[in-house]
Amino acid sequence: MRIGLVLHELHRSENDLAQELLHASERHKVDHSIYHLGRDLAAWSQAHVREIAEIGKSYGQDLDPEPKSELTTLRRIQERGSELLGRKGFTELTLLYDLREIYVKACGVSADWEMLAQAAQGIQAMDLLATVQRCHPDTLRQMKWANAMIKENSTQILIS
Amino acid sequence: MAARDRIAEPWGTRTPYAAGESWPVRVDTHLDEGLAPEDVDRWVQTASILHSNGDGLDVAVKDGRIAGVRGRAADRVNHGRLGVKDLYGWQANGSADRLTRPLIRQDGELVETDWDTAMERIVSRTRELQQEQGASAIGFYTTGQLFAEEYYTLGLVAHGGLGTNHVDGNTRLCTATAAAALKESFACDGQPGSYTDIDHADVIVLYGHNMAETQSVLWMRVLDRLAGPNPPQVICVDPRPTEVARYASVHLAPRPGTNVALMNGLLHEIIAHGWVDQDYLDAHTVGYAELQKRVEEYTPEHVGQICDVPAEQIREAASIIGGADRLLSTVLQGFYQSNQATAAAVQVNNVHLVRGMLGKPGCGLLQMNGQPTAQNTRECGGDGDLPGFRNWSNDAHVEDLARVWNVETSRIPHYSPPTHVMQMMRYVEDGSIRMLWVSGTNPAVSLPELGRIRSILEQDRLFLVVQDIFMSETAQLADVVLPAATWGEKTGTFTNVDRTVHLSEKAVEPPGEAKPDLDIFLDYARRLDLRDKDGEPLVTWHDPESAFEAWKECTRGRPCDYTGISYDKLRGGSGIQWPCNEENPEGTERLYEDGRFWSDPQYCESYGKDLVTGAPLEPAEYKAMNPDAKAVIKAASYLPPHEVTSEEFPLQLITGRTLYHFHTRTKTARAPQLQKAAPTVWVELSSVDAAAQGIDEGDLAEVATPRGTVQAHARVTGIRPGVVFLPFHYGYWDASDGHDPDQTGRAANELTITDWDAASKQPIFKTAAARVTRLEAGDGPSSAPTNTASAPVSDIDRHTAGDQTARADEDLEHSVTGGQR
Repeated sequence: MRIGLVLHELHRSENDLAQELLHASERHKVDHSIYHLGRDLAAWSQAHVREIAEIGKSYGQDLDPEPKSELTTLRRIQERGSELLGRKGFTELTLLYDLREIYVKACGVSADWEMLAQAAQGIQAMDLLATVQRCHPDTLRQMKWANAMIKENSTQILIS
Repeated sequence: MAARDRIAEPWGTRTPYAAGESWPVRVDTHLDEGLAPEDVDRWVQTASILHSNGDGLDVAVKDGRIAGVRGRAADRVNHGRLGVKDLYGWQANGSADRLTRPLIRQDGELVETDWDTAMERIVSRTRELQQEQGASAIGFYTTGQLFAEEYYTLGLVAHGGLGTNHVDGNTRLCTATAAAALKESFACDGQPGSYTDIDHADVIVLYGHNMAETQSVLWMRVLDRLAGPNPPQVICVDPRPTEVARYASVHLAPRPGTNVALMNGLLHEIIAHGWVDQDYLDAHTVGYAELQKRVEEYTPEHVGQICDVPAEQIREAASIIGGADRLLSTVLQGFYQSNQATAAAVQVNNVHLVRGMLGKPGCGLLQMNGQPTAQNTRECGGDGDLPGFRNWSNDAHVEDLARVWNVETSRIPHYSPPTHVMQMMRYVEDGSIRMLWVSGTNPAVSLPELGRIRSILEQDRLFLVVQDIFMSETAQLADVVLPAATWGEKTGTFTNVDRTVHLSEKAVEPPGEAKPDLDIFLDYARRLDLRDKDGEPLVTWHDPESAFEAWKECTRGRPCDYTGISYDKLRGGSGIQWPCNEENPEGTERLYEDGRFWSDPQYCESYGKDLVTGAPLEPAEYKAMNPDAKAVIKAASYLPPHEVTSEEFPLQLITGRTLYHFHTRTKTARAPQLQKAAPTVWVELSSVDAAAQGIDEGDLAEVATPRGTVQAHARVTGIRPGVVFLPFHYGYWDASDGHDPDQTGRAANELTITDWDAASKQPIFKTAAARVTRLEAGDGPSSAPTNTASAPVSDIDRHTAGDQTARADEDLEHSVTGGQR
């Protein structure tokens, strides 16, 4: 059975997505919807990390239930610069890049949840299926948010 | 006829009536000192513009100037009554400091010029920007003070003419959540109910709605029911001890930012006790199962902890709502400007859906507006929507609009939702919007985090056009200032919360060279030589009535169908409720009487949004809910606000409006009686918090948040502990240091956070962590009003009252002649 492997990978990629959301949030502090929503949506992935670690035990995985810590101080200081640069127009392109990155990472996470759902049904692991059903909709909403923000921002950023 | 000091008695004399009876008429009049009604030269029909109630009134004209007002007895909205803002506010029109000539900035100073020079400067800058960058460089930010004809013209010029997606109204600050919540639940932004529901209701619930101060005439209607036989029960949700709370059977004062938890608690109880109309749910809604599941965990005890409200009160309120036969709910800024705004407002819709209480007398649902013409910004495309409630993500709707306007579909931007004002400010900040045209509003006082807004508007690279009637804080920053005519000096229509359309006729000439906003927009279109796809002039109308006729055509077949209304039909009697067309020639009192909703995917105004992320639903996702003709029940979990209290900032700051002032006080401060009733900013805090800081009534205090400070004299009130309140009306135009405060801020928005509800894009003014410290002793009690939510907890030997000039007549014998109810 390779379910443990998928859980391991999912644990890594949810952590990664949470970090990406937090980075984007810090980097685009002057884009207030990115700042606030980035943090809100990172919290969803962090909650998933805990759930995955919990269910992982049943599949031989020893996963850290604590999500990767918030941004390091150094990183924070680097990104504090974004507030100062917010008027120079350089950060807008990185905003699109960061949203694209979030979108792609969330797609990956979503695919992992799909795989797990299929496996869980195959072995009738109802607790695992329940975890997927709780968490996967959040991932889809993270994807849709990133996609919507790309749509909302691309025109202005790319044509001005 | 009796005269009363309406500053001291804002709601006037009671005229009690029983359930199902007609609200008695009482005609309120206030004229210039010494002027008698028979001396008036002319009475000119209009309606109130200083709050969203839409009260019908006549303007008294004497020697070519406005000399007073009188309520219209025949009007269905107010039955002759007027609120304090209307009784006295008209005097602002005649102020000596009205803008009378255009101004342009030269060598850093604003200097007088003529219209040609001012308009040519705007037009040449527009052309330059179009060539350099395209229409994305140009944004329009309008108000809730113009008329439908003007919004519609602006929408056409901006969307269909220039092709910019950046059009919004300051109704974003007060009413965007009403629109969003209605669209989420009913797929259409139109109020289901009618003001007459107050005549029938047996339970009235006011959610974050200080009706006594924001819509004082509607509150008179409630007071009159309360004074009559079989009065309704009132439930009040508000952290402040408002007049509404005084009359409430249950007053819930939740911790700010917890409205969704509270609503889920009420829904939990309603569902757990089976106070639901299962037949209605089955026949007319989708999504109930999800709601049932979601509210399960929100027991009164759990909710009580989140909201800091006794569980018993939640049970009691739920049982009153659950036992109602005719339930009327109203919602306003306490929900709209708070954490999870749309999600909370949608739960009020859900209460009505699960109880099957829509479309029947007394079963009203009023997602209130903040301003008189807020509904029109939304209908006409001035507030982030396409005209006629068209769905920007439905290609067929955009094609249809292109047909009405006779332009190519591609010319109307619809690649993403129209830009909301907070995002526009961000684009100005990053330099991609380089021209901003502000009409009739004052963002330098009304938007959150004023330090940031000032730095954005002050930028040299921004070309700022301000169209207004006074030299507001924002106008002081402009490159071009255009003097506008206002209410009473121009003709047009506007629509209130219960869809009543009123005509407002020109009574007097505007001062100097001031012009109606419509004429200014028409002039701009003409000078830009905007054309349709056949090379004919894009804007085909030339005055208010022809603009109205064009607007009617745009609404044909849409929910807000105006085709049965004409200026003539609006003259003489009462306002008329849309839809008014061949099928409903006298208008429509209540929507959804048959339980059928405008949610067909081909017809609906919106596919809805994710209430947390704000991401729009794709057409396929919407269709998958199978909402055809059914309402959509959308559940939501409680999420904590983005800014929470800390050791440094232990209190929660809320801001809001009060009885005697409107918006940024540009008009009401120029009405002596209103200004005297509330002359300067104050801060309200509870006796517990006051004692903790050693603050006494009247002491000068400093309110601070991470963004700034405000100095105000303290008023110790019955507000819930842990919460402080600042009225948001006070800015700097009448202060010594101009638009930019040096040290001592007095605008509440120095303190508010830049954050907005993801679904409605309405700024969240009622969530900021704050601290209050004592600066020095005052020289007496605070000058805050004593007869409103600001009433002091202890006797301070000071009472809000007017002088001789505040006496207004009340005619209780007036008989109604003509007009519908």
